[in-house]
Amino acid sequence: MSNLKWRLALIGALVLGSVWALYPRNVKVRQRRADGTFFDTTTYRVPLRKGLDLQGGMHLALEVDDSKGVVANKSEAIDRALKVVRTRIEGLGVSETVIQKSGNDRILVDIPGIDNRERAIKIAQDQAFLEFQITDKTGAFEKALPRLDQVARDKGFGGAVASAAGATQTSPSATAPLGGLLTTGTDTAKKGATPAKSDSAKKDSAKADSATLGAGGPISKLILGGQMPGQFLFERGNYDALKLFFESPAAVAALPPGKVVRFGSDSTVIGNKVYRSLYLVDERPIITGEYLTAAKPNQSPLEGTIVEFTLNQEGGRRFQRETAKHVHDYMAIVLDQVVMGAPPVINSAIGTRGQITMGGKDLQAAQDLALVLQAGALPVQLRVAEVRNIGPSLGQDSINKALTAGAIAIVLVVVIMLGYYRFSGMLAVGGLALYVLYTLAVLAGFDAVLTLPGLAGFVLSIGIAVDANVLIFERIREELDRGKTVRTAIDEGFRHAMSAIIDSNVSTILTAMVLYQFGTGPVKGFAVTLIAGIVASMVTSIFVVRTFFLLWLNRTRGAQTLSI
Amino acid sequence: MLRILHDTRYDFIKPWRIAIGVTVAFIATGLIFLGVHHGLNRSIEFTGGTLVQAEFAKKPDVGELRNTIDAAGFRGAEIQQFGSDTSYTIRAAGHQTTGGKVENTATEIQTALEQKYGKSSVHIARTEIVGPRVGDELSRNAMIAIVISLGITLLYLAFRFEWRFGVAAVIATAHDLLSTLAFLAIMRLEVSLTVVAALLTVIGYSLNDTIIIFDRVRENLKKARPEPLYDVLNRSINETLPRSILTHVTVAAATLSLLLFAGEVIRPFSWIMLFGIVTGTFSSIYIAGPVLLWIERRWPRNAGGKAGSSPSSAKSAPPRPTSPRTPVGAR
Repeated sequence: MSNLKWRLALIGALVLGSVWALYPRNVKVRQRRADGTFFDTTTYRVPLRKGLDLQGGMHLALEVDDSKGVVANKSEAIDRALKVVRTRIEGLGVSETVIQKSGNDRILVDIPGIDNRERAIKIAQDQAFLEFQITDKTGAFEKALPRLDQVARDKGFGGAVASAAGATQTSPSATAPLGGLLTTGTDTAKKGATPAKSDSAKKDSAKADSATLGAGGPISKLILGGQMPGQFLFERGNYDALKLFFESPAAVAALPPGKVVRFGSDSTVIGNKVYRSLYLVDERPIITGEYLTAAKPNQSPLEGTIVEFTLNQEGGRRFQRETAKHVHDYMAIVLDQVVMGAPPVINSAIGTRGQITMGGKDLQAAQDLALVLQAGALPVQLRVAEVRNIGPSLGQDSINKALTAGAIAIVLVVVIMLGYYRFSGMLAVGGLALYVLYTLAVLAGFDAVLTLPGLAGFVLSIGIAVDANVLIFERIREELDRGKTVRTAIDEGFRHAMSAIIDSNVSTILTAMVLYQFGTGPVKGFAVTLIAGIVASMVTSIFVVRTFFLLWLNRTRGAQTLSI
Repeated sequence: MLRILHDTRYDFIKPWRIAIGVTVAFIATGLIFLGVHHGLNRSIEFTGGTLVQAEFAKKPDVGELRNTIDAAGFRGAEIQQFGSDTSYTIRAAGHQTTGGKVENTATEIQTALEQKYGKSSVHIARTEIVGPRVGDELSRNAMIAIVISLGITLLYLAFRFEWRFGVAAVIATAHDLLSTLAFLAIMRLEVSLTVVAALLTVIGYSLNDTIIIFDRVRENLKKARPEPLYDVLNRSINETLPRSILTHVTVAAATLSLLLFAGEVIRPFSWIMLFGIVTGTFSSIYIAGPVLLWIERRWPRNAGGKAGSSPSSAKSAPPRPTSPRTPVGAR
């Protein structure tokens, strides 16, 4: 009697605990604004999170890119990269993002609800290595051109763009100030302005800078002088070919020592032609982004979208010292080897503040840049190993279908149990209802994520959960056949079915654990659902249904027949 | 009281030759299909590549769709109807990208579709992009998971029952794995991670079934009246028959409702589960039993043990003690 009370109290406590675990509540979520400050929001939700395949969102796997040089300690590099990626992704302001390390060389990023695939990938993957490099003013590029032309000829460089002549012809006035600003060549203004011979004008202007320059080399004929020392222009169509060329080791070797070529982010329109720029800059940066403490997007009427940044004290001192040495020089702001905007001239020593002009990009691009700058540079280049993107409507559709299938499955199971076992079947169905409750509670307790395969596994487990009841009931029938009384038959039935239930379930749990250990993503969710289901099934069939029987025996004061 | 197959006395072990013939023929058919189709139809999770699921406002012409995808530079991409006739998946191999970055493939396909059909009448519901290295790792992990789970099962059964039971159960389970793979090959189902999960569920389910029969065998062997293992096996299978039928019918009902109502994504999973119920039941009766008998004949228990040997074993190889008794003191 007291035994029965104990059992009922325990079941009641389990039910209460489960309901409490599943009860929707307010959850405090800490989020980051784009400017880096935190704020707490409370959201009201059921403590069972929906996976990305159910609510829509993006899953991203990043790995160390070792295609351009071996990375010595991948695992350690990934650990550092993980912190950076986490800060950046959290800065997106999306709640419940998951950023974790997987294996030794991979970062997994889950962003629920996001639809802009490219943007998220860019934020996570951009290295965001910021450097300030002084542009060359010694005319070293012009001097190096013959060597570069030679390298290009040897390699069979084929990036020439057609009809350069026609274009420049229409823009005589534009070419004039271009050449005029070339500080190294004093007489280029005159020659560059010659309107009729556009193609030769380029060569001539180069010739003026450097006497050794051979006319019409494959590289030099593509390149025009720019508006400041160290800047050069070329037609946009030649970008890929030139980029490829200047990345080749032979071209790098042909450059003057201590100088590197960097391409610009902006394009200029001269006449009806679009030009892009490249810069020859000092290889050694005067300062890098590691001293940056804050960055925020802004819009200025003159320069459009900009990102303002602040350096820390040490960085500020260094910046001041270096810029004092380079007054009247131009400083290229280089992000991931791309010169951002037009390099500003240094008028006097600069302290701790600066800005990066974003050219024609919109405010969101500035926000994203501020975000990645603030989070810091990635210690290694990352590449995308895997992306999954699921639209929110598809997720909702999956939930609806899984719920339909689940409801039908439950109805079928209930009909079979009631039809075959009658009264005892009803007790089993009662146990099954608790099984569903307990399983969901255990899942909530594990903070498990519900995925579509997980839901399928759960529906399936309802069918399988019946097995333990079937085993027990069949055993009770056998005991009744042997002429035992109802009470003894029930006792014996439970006792004898126990070993089969335990052995079969334990071996399934072992399989599920292996699945959990070696599975990824959806499979892991599936394994957790399976384990939770088995545990709940054992509790309900062995303990709960037994208690129901005891309760019934107690009520009927030892019934003579059992509907089973 | 409603009863099915109560108190039956079928001889399940006798037709073991037929049973093994059937299953070997089935697995061989699967192997032929594997050969014809050059392996399993693996999802991009394993092969690497790009998958785009596009929902169209109205049914698109498949030829036109293919031309659009070809023109975008994804020649040879697989285009398949996915559930309804306005939903299609486009599967492209991983290396087909112009920019050299795998993440651009999905965008390129999306742009091509939007240009052709208009932004409002095509909606990209899902994209998956997997780099080439991820797949190899997954395949390896799946194999490791299967081998380890079988190994652990063997150990557990050896501990709870006896090594003979463990080996028989593992062989029966390995059979289920093979026949399910054959089923995958014949049906040309796409092998995704979810399918691997289904495969492992089938393993667990089949093992479950085998263990429940073996549990009864263990119990019947303990009874005072010694009986040949052949008869014990038959009796145990017959005694557990009502339970087997009822459980399988219930699980099959749940699986069928998944197959019919849970949508396209879960369909391969449901197919495998459904087949798994059949093969799991089959192997627990027709594979595990005869294998246990065969092991018993090759490595019999001590003559003094409770279990007798089967009649067939008595004919070919009479049971003998595992080791000759050494006389005490003889050294």
